[in-house]
Amino acid sequence: MELLVKDLAVQRGGLTVLEGVSFSLAAGQALVLRGANGIGKTTLLRTIAGLQPKAAGELNVPPETLAYASHADGLKATLSVQENLRFWASVYGTDLVEDALQAMNLTALRNRWAGSLSAGQKRRLGLARLMVSGRAIWLLDEPTVSLDAASVALFAGVVQGHLAQGGAALMATHIDLGLAQAETLDLTPYRATAATIRRTDAFQEAFL
Amino acid sequence: MSLWEYANPKKFMALSGRLLPWIVALTVLSLGIGIIWGFFFTPDDYKQGSTVKIIYIHVPAASAAINAWAVMLVASLIWIVRRHHVSALVAKAAAPVGLTFTLIALITGALWGQPMWGTWWAWDPRLTSFLIFALFYMGYIALWEAVENPDTAADLTGVLCIVGSVFALLSRYAVNFWNQGLHQGASLSLDAKENVSDVFWLPLVVCIIGFELLFLALVLIRTRSEIRLRRAQALAARERLA
Amino acid sequence: MSALLFRDLRLAFRAGGGFGLGLAFFLLVAVLVPLGVGPEPTTLAKIAPGILWVGALLACLLSLDRIFALDFEDGSLDLLATSPLPMEGAVAVKALAHWLVTGLPLTLLAPVLGLLLNLPAESYLWLILSLLAGTPALSMIGAFGAALTVGIKRGGLLLSLLVLPLYVPTLIFGAEVIKRGASGADAVTPLALLVAITAVSGALLPFAAAAAIRVNLR
Repeated sequence: MELLVKDLAVQRGGLTVLEGVSFSLAAGQALVLRGANGIGKTTLLRTIAGLQPKAAGELNVPPETLAYASHADGLKATLSVQENLRFWASVYGTDLVEDALQAMNLTALRNRWAGSLSAGQKRRLGLARLMVSGRAIWLLDEPTVSLDAASVALFAGVVQGHLAQGGAALMATHIDLGLAQAETLDLTPYRATAATIRRTDAFQEAFL
Repeated sequence: MSLWEYANPKKFMALSGRLLPWIVALTVLSLGIGIIWGFFFTPDDYKQGSTVKIIYIHVPAASAAINAWAVMLVASLIWIVRRHHVSALVAKAAAPVGLTFTLIALITGALWGQPMWGTWWAWDPRLTSFLIFALFYMGYIALWEAVENPDTAADLTGVLCIVGSVFALLSRYAVNFWNQGLHQGASLSLDAKENVSDVFWLPLVVCIIGFELLFLALVLIRTRSEIRLRRAQALAARERLA
Repeated sequence: MSALLFRDLRLAFRAGGGFGLGLAFFLLVAVLVPLGVGPEPTTLAKIAPGILWVGALLACLLSLDRIFALDFEDGSLDLLATSPLPMEGAVAVKALAHWLVTGLPLTLLAPVLGLLLNLPAESYLWLILSLLAGTPALSMIGAFGAALTVGIKRGGLLLSLLVLPLYVPTLIFGAEVIKRGASGADAVTPLALLVAITAVSGALLPFAAAAAIRVNLR
């Protein structure tokens, strides 16, 4: 179980945004992606998750080790907290619903409809979904949005526990979670320039 | 050198730019000869009188409409399998031309049907199939227009074109099953009994060749302007980054 | 797979799930047509098979954009695409769920509406058989159309424009089964063709639809 990225270039809307990104992530490690808005953090995460094709470079990771959490939590408003989690548990073939409810402090809310939760509670449920997947490498896009300080600490603890059990996490976030093992990768130097586009962006370039 | 070299936009522009004047000249020549010959130098039909002459527009337009879809299908398959940019744009360029030919065939058919069958429109299998065919064209064009990213649009319309082709054939069969109809059989076939007589046949062939050339010329012109549009967009994108 | 099926069914029956809207629409068509055409029983009996099929088809069309659009908006489609479920299977299951909440109830309601439209007694069996054989194809073809338009804002009208031409063979064979059945002609041939359309759509369209969804998620 290791995520290996080498000279990766990613595209958004047919245009290369990042180029030459290289890093590796092994069991027990966490990597925090940083960079200005629009630099391509989400695009990079989506590419690693397999939602988008890569533009160039190498991406080595067994897809069955990945779990992706996007900006949106993918919750169904008219299903209860418990039903939402049970659905994903059976999709991933795990029975971690109770553990996840407890870890994200959602036990008391288990029978509430997801639609009636506050933004922060929804986010916690979205993160509980990640735990339910039972996957080793978590790809997290702004996981702490709308979480209060207590919930951020709760979440940091959950990530800590995941890493301690041999998991790994790749996240785009601006908040310091205080994770001892976390390294930071600033994406600013990898921003694609006109010259790099010339090399990687075959589609547009074919017309020039 | 492989044929696929011409799928490169630059090579395509160079080659098509050289061929286009000749194709346009041939189009004007064959359409001019075919239509003048057909309209003024063929006898009136003993039953249909001079209305039969609309055949020189109607049949070529109908055959060009079907060929246009075939071009779209082949171009879509090439795009999906080999991802050559020009082929996606050829498919995009062919669709409005094909729709126009379909509408010409429908309108000339109505003009012809009125004196012959006494009605502008009949739910005859061929007419119905062509009407449905026009709907397929409209959906295809609308999907191209609705999707912003050109790559995504090319992929989605490609899938639609392939699935749509299967259903268009199925509709043709279903419509035959549903109503037998008034329309005459094929105007051109190897079976001599079905054929129209030679005096009508020769100018008709010239007209069909003319319409196919017209289709080719229009698709080339439209593809060239699509390529130029993409080039402008690529330049603008590079400008933003620089 | 079954988890996805049960989730979609549960969502459809909960508040705002839209179950019943299609049925109400179908009922309205059957009420409005006699008001427009006139109460003449023989006229109504003659057009009843066509009206019932067109009504069922439009009622089905009404809920198509929900198949993927809701999952796209709340992000679950991204999550499904990265989950161990193959997208082809997810598409097929979602089309099945759509049929269970629209096509199947429409089939059960149709005989009642047949009474309103003075459908001849010998047609009822064929009505039910043709809808049972044909409505799954409507859901599957519709799911394909919904997959093509999932990324497009306000794509509902475009979805109709794409899907309706694809519905032509199903509609023709479906109405033909009832017409032929009522007149004692050979209704088995169109029925077999209808079953064939459903079978081939169910076998092949999930692949096309899954490809379209992957493109739209990019």
